[in-house]
Amino acid sequence: MSRSVRVFVPRETAAVSLGADEVAVALESAAQRNHGMAVELVRNGSRGLSWLEPLVEVETGGTRTAYGPVAPEDVDGLVAAGLFEGGTHALSLGPAEKIPYLATQQRWTFRRVGIDDPLSMDAYRAAGGFEGIGRAFELGPSAVLEHVIESGLRGRGGAGFPAGIKWRTVAAATADRKYIACNADEGDSGTFSDRILMEGDPYTLIEGMLIAGYTVGAHKGYIYLRSEYPLARRILGQAIANAREHGWLGTNVRDSGFDFDIELHLGAGSYVCGEETAMLESLEGKAGLIRYKPPLPALEGLFGKPTVVNNVVTLASVPDIVRLGGAAYAALGSGRSKGTLAFQLAGNVKRGGLVEIPFGATLRSLIEDWGGGTASGRPVRAVQVGGPLGAYLPDSLLDTPLDYEAFAAAGGMIGHGGIVVFDDTVDMAAQARFAMEFCSVESCGKCTPCRIGSVRGVEVIDRILGNQDRAANLELLDELCETMVQGSLCAMGGLTPYPVKSALKHFPGDFEPRSGGKR
Amino acid sequence: MTIRYDKAIASEIIAQHGAKPEMLVQILHGFLERYSFISDEAVRQIADELNLSRADVHGVVSFYHDFRRQPAGKVVVKICQAEACQAMGSRELTAYAEKKLGLKVKDTASDGSVTLEPVYCLGNCACSPAVMINQRVYGRVDAACFDRLLASTEDA
Ligand SMILES: Cc1cc2nc3c(=O)[nH]c(=O)nc-3n(C[C@H](O)[C@H](O)[C@H](O)COP(=O)(O)O)c2cc1C
Ligand code: SF4
Repeated sequence: MSRSVRVFVPRETAAVSLGADEVAVALESAAQRNHGMAVELVRNGSRGLSWLEPLVEVETGGTRTAYGPVAPEDVDGLVAAGLFEGGTHALSLGPAEKIPYLATQQRWTFRRVGIDDPLSMDAYRAAGGFEGIGRAFELGPSAVLEHVIESGLRGRGGAGFPAGIKWRTVAAATADRKYIACNADEGDSGTFSDRILMEGDPYTLIEGMLIAGYTVGAHKGYIYLRSEYPLARRILGQAIANAREHGWLGTNVRDSGFDFDIELHLGAGSYVCGEETAMLESLEGKAGLIRYKPPLPALEGLFGKPTVVNNVVTLASVPDIVRLGGAAYAALGSGRSKGTLAFQLAGNVKRGGLVEIPFGATLRSLIEDWGGGTASGRPVRAVQVGGPLGAYLPDSLLDTPLDYEAFAAAGGMIGHGGIVVFDDTVDMAAQARFAMEFCSVESCGKCTPCRIGSVRGVEVIDRILGNQDRAANLELLDELCETMVQGSLCAMGGLTPYPVKSALKHFPGDFEPRSGGKR
Repeated sequence: MTIRYDKAIASEIIAQHGAKPEMLVQILHGFLERYSFISDEAVRQIADELNLSRADVHGVVSFYHDFRRQPAGKVVVKICQAEACQAMGSRELTAYAEKKLGLKVKDTASDGSVTLEPVYCLGNCACSPAVMINQRVYGRVDAACFDRLLASTEDA
């Protein structure tokens, strides 16, 4: 009897961006040429060890041996070294689960990601999938709500608002229709956890939305996905179709008497459409102009109806909270930051990827212990956490613990958990200028401090660097930042001054006049 | 490479999305996929079929970066301009690409061969700098890699 070997090659953007599709093709043809054995090629999600992608795994006798990073031209050598038997090679990494980067994590939301074919319903169910919604149907909406509240789960999209409290507001509202709107716009540079989840375990998001709908009494969900994620779109689209076919979406979901369906919408390259009210406008087919709050979207959201707006990771954390109980989640974390966060190590970092751990570790430990320092091998100079609206932090602040409150006290923002590392070649005045420029490009234009202030901000920084009326222009920049913070309608204009002011505060030398162009 | 505008097909794209105003952004994506840009004819027909004013449709089109008003080149190259890629040299890569292609960002070559565009985050931030060519993402793109990718689009 021929033995069957399972070989895993991720079908995930980072892996594919480095040749995973070509590796998969090469492995298949090598298997046909050289071996009588049946090789089953599985396109899994990514384990999030992006620096090792394409990370190939071979399952033999219950262990999964990892190899990486594998280029298409490595395949023949790997096969010759006995890849299909889990043989050793210069690219061997040993058992996948034992790779320290992964073994030291505590996966909750991402526990299934990278393990199997993300579109296989059988694999999903075998790994506890749909047990959360099953339990929810047994418990009933109000008990589910208690679990979500007890878990302490806070929104992972940026603002960190308690999910259970938001759900309670929507549940208590009376209306003929309510909606679940999943924010999959993931606009922050340095973030990709939503994408890894949607590409690697899309049914978890669908299940989270089902639970949200059941809890608050909504029968329709929307996923607002950024258009820059074509692979996530394909995988998610297929997952929704499969879920419908298997009765997990549609009328009378699995004979529960509960109706729920999901529609996938694409964004169109606008950063500000990640802000929840702009997203709702965009979902209604309009330009993404920010709405005044109140009314809260929880009371008057999509099409004026009560709406739960939650980030992908927020919703995807829910199935296991219901399955294992709110207390199990709340037992992890630090202070008022309960549970885990999937941090993303990005930019100039040696081992970039996704690290899901309980709140409370320090930024330094993430960058050094997991990240291994910079990719360039040069010293770390600045770190931006929380996306383009987050402050730039110098080395002296890297020991700040990553929990919402402690981090805010240090002038930072955890946001969606993106950590962008810069080495000592970074020009912080250029980064400050970019923050203003980005705001001017992405401003929705509804209020003056943001729309005009950001354009002025770029000009003033240029004048400072050009040594025109330095003192006066530095003062002007300060006032401009103050006006934006105080007078902007939303956090786009309101937070843009943070990267600018932090750059000025921690790296003043970079704003010295320049003699002729490049520093 | 420009595909001729066809009213019947345009109508079909609109109908696929239920011809409702709240589907406007999705409908525009449908046009973008087919025609690579949003033409004046498209704006007119969409406005008519959705019972919106042309100004309404135009307002939406101009709000979103994705909705080009000019035909794209045969090859569309997008280079990420956001922070994680900046930390790994995307500014230098962009300058290199501009020089190599003889184009500025947001321009299309006069022969319609290539369009160079900025993009703010492809979610490939652990493998920066990131580039998207015709909807496919590439990671850790340096100048030599950029040349190879371009050459491969010429063969295709
Ligand atoms: C300019 C701006 C951009 C934002 N972009 C996103 C985004 O891409 N994804 C996201 O989930 N939240 C984003 N947010 C936060 C949302 O407004 C909102 O707080 C979030 O979707 C709520 O979900 P959560 O409570 O689960 O985090 C953004 C906010 C602002 C001000
Ligand atoms: S701060 Fe900027 S993005 Fe926010 S509402 Fe005002 S103009 Fe729009």
